[in-house]
Amino acid sequence: MMGAGEVGGAATLVTVAPDRATPRRAHWFRQPALMSGLIIILVIVGLAIAAPLITSYNPIVQNLNDTLQGPSAHHLLGTDQLGRDTFTRLLYGARVDLRVGFIAVLFPFVLGTVLGSLAGYFGGWVELIVMRLVDVVVAFPFYVLLIALVFVLGPGEKSIYIAITIVGWVSYARLVRAEILVAKRQEYVLAAKSGGLSSLRIMGRHLLPNVISQAIIYAMSDIVQDILAIVTLGYFGLGIPPPTAEWGSMINDGQNFLTTHWELTTIPGLAVVVVGLGLSLIGDGLADLLRPGQS
Amino acid sequence: MSGPRAEEPAVTGSATGPVLEVKDLHVQIATRRGVVHAVDGVSIEVPRGEAVGLVGESGSGKSMTLRAILGVLPGEAKITSGQVLLDGTDLVPLPSSSLNRIRGPKLAMIFQEPMSALNPVMRVGWQIAEGPMVHLGFSRAKAAERAVELMRRVGIPDPERRFRAFPHEFSGGMRQRVMIAIALACDPEVILCDEPTTALDVTIQDQILRLLARLCRESGVSLVFVTHDLPVVAQLCQHLAVMYGGQIVERGPVHDVFARPQHPYTLGLLRSAPDVEEIRDSLVPIPGSPPSLISPPSGCRFHPRCQFAEDDCQTTVPPLRLLAGGRATACLHHERCDEVLEAEGATR
Repeated sequence: MMGAGEVGGAATLVTVAPDRATPRRAHWFRQPALMSGLIIILVIVGLAIAAPLITSYNPIVQNLNDTLQGPSAHHLLGTDQLGRDTFTRLLYGARVDLRVGFIAVLFPFVLGTVLGSLAGYFGGWVELIVMRLVDVVVAFPFYVLLIALVFVLGPGEKSIYIAITIVGWVSYARLVRAEILVAKRQEYVLAAKSGGLSSLRIMGRHLLPNVISQAIIYAMSDIVQDILAIVTLGYFGLGIPPPTAEWGSMINDGQNFLTTHWELTTIPGLAVVVVGLGLSLIGDGLADLLRPGQS
Repeated sequence: MSGPRAEEPAVTGSATGPVLEVKDLHVQIATRRGVVHAVDGVSIEVPRGEAVGLVGESGSGKSMTLRAILGVLPGEAKITSGQVLLDGTDLVPLPSSSLNRIRGPKLAMIFQEPMSALNPVMRVGWQIAEGPMVHLGFSRAKAAERAVELMRRVGIPDPERRFRAFPHEFSGGMRQRVMIAIALACDPEVILCDEPTTALDVTIQDQILRLLARLCRESGVSLVFVTHDLPVVAQLCQHLAVMYGGQIVERGPVHDVFARPQHPYTLGLLRSAPDVEEIRDSLVPIPGSPPSLISPPSGCRFHPRCQFAEDDCQTTVPPLRLLAGGRATACLHHERCDEVLEAEGATR
């Protein structure tokens, strides 16, 4: 029976209530911000995945005969001081930065959402402990704490994840807690309680779906921040260890040649800007799409 | 109301007597300005398969009583004494884990505003199916089937299709039908209704009341129906309890109370409500405003607004006295109501 419902669902809704049911589901692709953001990110992700097909150079192997060349037919964006093709390193760098950025956002998202909902829903000492922890983390500037943590843990991908989780979960916790505080006073929560549902179920099935959109939207901008953080760490030599291609270390390497070869710094910098723009557009588009009570 | 009854239809077992009994319930709310005695010694009996109307103006403690029965009082409010007996089991001392096994399968609630009482981002079918899944151990498919059946029973057209709709895609009346389906989902013995028709327009209101009355008849579920709308009570309920200032001031079979109120407050309520059948010269409002529940008036709480008030009303707290015909009143001078009604009958 449910099988029939699943199949017929989308099509039949249109016939039942064309004026109310359709805008939300059918027109998401008409959101210009969301669409342009998605296109930008998908193109970059596609380029990163297809890197070995697009370029025949190796991003790591040095070629000291061809150092610091300007753009040419052989090297689209020139080469760096070790003779490595900049375009190739840019593509392979996207693989690292995007992967680390997306993964690094997941841990704080999950941790912050769980702790934030517990704090908001139960209040009392749970809230006290969680929010004091938040205060401790917030007391430090983001980068100071991040750099200190990565410094202590040692460079590498794992340290980046741990450090970003420790620093980043607080934003999600605050956001979700505030949303839950408002949402838990809604009558549907009282109705769910009256239906004999457990607190865990009310939180997971009734409250979170109503408040999570804000956290998802924030996560989009948080990926930008995480990629910037990774790039910054790479710039300080604390990120992904060389010789792996990564935008931050590319910017760092290039700054020695800023007067003669400005493109070595500018091009990976632009790549960061474009990714940031794309993700922000997705965040904006999602915000419009998921805004509660939009119907 | 009328105590154990012999002619009860055997619907939910062999037990006779009231399915739900509230005994001397007190609810207090601690506020900055003092302790509010929101519910002050309320006793209600709900016979099996019948509907009890709980009437009173805003702030008289009706909704608090319902929430206390269900154990979902707001954080600041507490039950200070009294019992809520469901099939003889007192719910007041139960921990919330045990209450969660009663809310839903035995006691359910319908709210005033169906839009805000439905989860806006959950498909209505799954909201109905959730109860059977949690309480009756139904599989997803079986619960979905049950939800569709319930949607059909409460009169939602094309339930298979509407299963996957969201609350905002329904009209007010349809949303209230969804609420009723949710309440019915686990076959409860009692449904508590908190002004379920107040937010609806009159024609829809009538449909919902007929639906509730039909369900009451068909499935033998009992209703506690809170409202400030007297005609609604007359249409749906067999029994009536009138609340004033956190107390019950009069109760009895609904038509007897309407025909011959035995408390000046009930009399005032009846006269302040318009009536289609009978065109009155004027509606008579009850003068004054509801009493403060932090420091209620001495003696009878209604005496500052009462047309019959005498000196003893200010000093004596009137008990709820039993009268003939299963009725009870908390007025010291309830004969005066009869006198007024007779005088009116003579002039007409």
